[in-house]
Amino acid sequence: MSYYFTILSPTDTPLFNIAFGTSKGGGDGIARFRFPETAQYMNQFIIHSSLDILEEAQWTNGGMYLKHIDTYPPAAAYISAFLTPSGARFLLLHQPPHLPSSTSTGSGLGSSSLLGSAGSTTRASSSSVAANPTSPQTEEAVRQFMNEVYENYVKTAMSPFYKQGMEIRSPVFRTRVTAAGKKWL
Amino acid sequence: MAAPPRHSTMLSISNGGTQQSGPNDKQTQQQAQTLPQSPGLRVPSNRKTIYDRHLNRSRNAELSRASFAYLFGEMVTYAQRRVTGIQDLEKRLNEQGYPLGLRLLDLLFYRSTSTSSSALSSSSTSSSPPNRPLRIITLLHLIHGPLWRLLFGRSADALEHSVSPDTPNEYMITDNDPLVNTYISVPREMSMLNCAAFVAGIIEGVCDGCGFETKVSAHNQPTEMWPSRTVFLVRFGDSVMEREKVLERAGVK
Repeated sequence: MSYYFTILSPTDTPLFNIAFGTSKGGGDGIARFRFPETAQYMNQFIIHSSLDILEEAQWTNGGMYLKHIDTYPPAAAYISAFLTPSGARFLLLHQPPHLPSSTSTGSGLGSSSLLGSAGSTTRASSSSVAANPTSPQTEEAVRQFMNEVYENYVKTAMSPFYKQGMEIRSPVFRTRVTAAGKKWL
Repeated sequence: MAAPPRHSTMLSISNGGTQQSGPNDKQTQQQAQTLPQSPGLRVPSNRKTIYDRHLNRSRNAELSRASFAYLFGEMVTYAQRRVTGIQDLEKRLNEQGYPLGLRLLDLLFYRSTSTSSSALSSSSTSSSPPNRPLRIITLLHLIHGPLWRLLFGRSADALEHSVSPDTPNEYMITDNDPLVNTYISVPREMSMLNCAAFVAGIIEGVCDGCGFETKVSAHNQPTEMWPSRTVFLVRFGDSVMEREKVLERAGVK
């Protein structure tokens, strides 16, 4: 599972973004997206295209965590959203690892034999919580992750030197988000 | 902690911090070690950044009223420099309050979630974090109740809707004795001035943060019993009123 996380200001300015991979089930925490190295902008493209759906969902659901809101099937990318009360948007794109040419998405046992040589990350993540991007366990893990990031975001916003809409450059914040990603995803 | 701290202020902070967060200390030090040593990042000598402090720590802390009055007086003086008139002055005060409102909103929600989750640790399913306000009434109740309590330790005194059919977008929040005006004496020739414009700015920030375009102004409405009674007039924009109608039809609460 690979993740791309981004924070957008109420006026759609990107404030922070980070790409990371799963650390669950022996994952090494390195993102491996399905796009070639030269096309990493696809992540941003997909994430930003979900903003329309988010802006619709925002007025029907009063919760802060809006769960999984959008899917981009060609890249098997799933997008979960969290809205802070002051209008900042946290968007998380998750993408299960590429299963080489297997039409049966393989659950557990089957896939591990199929993918024997496909590398440890693929095998490991098929058994991890995040293997199924829409399962309740994944929703819960993402919720915990979002809440932890939210706590750190509030701390950033409370800083007298931070103005709303400024890019978050703090290396401490980045470490904290990475740690939250390691812990939950 | 063995090395002598650079500043005496740091000393007092680090002492207070270690007493409060004993169990977290090891974690904090690890964090500090793993920090990328980027140039330009300076951490305090006790290695605690704002991210290491708990947001609920100052939750029940009280602020000295004298220092608040002094600071606020300075803010008014600062705003008064080079202004062209009372309206301009009030606008400046409003602008000082606005960013505060945006921040308080996040803090308010963070604190209400964390309390509900700690209270619910025994019964795990029943609690949900408070909802973001979607309708005008929920938003105004949020301001009238929780926000006022966070700022002044009590709820506001009244919340009214304009009775005039021409202005359905106007709401009024009344404070009988606003804290910000307690120590401000307005000179006679500026009797129109109400320094609670600062609080009006905070309200505006909260409304805007929630996605409700608003103009808020503070007005003196003294009564015999409450000489510094202040009414905050909240005027929602057309886009908000339109959305309000759509949401009402959709049955969103």
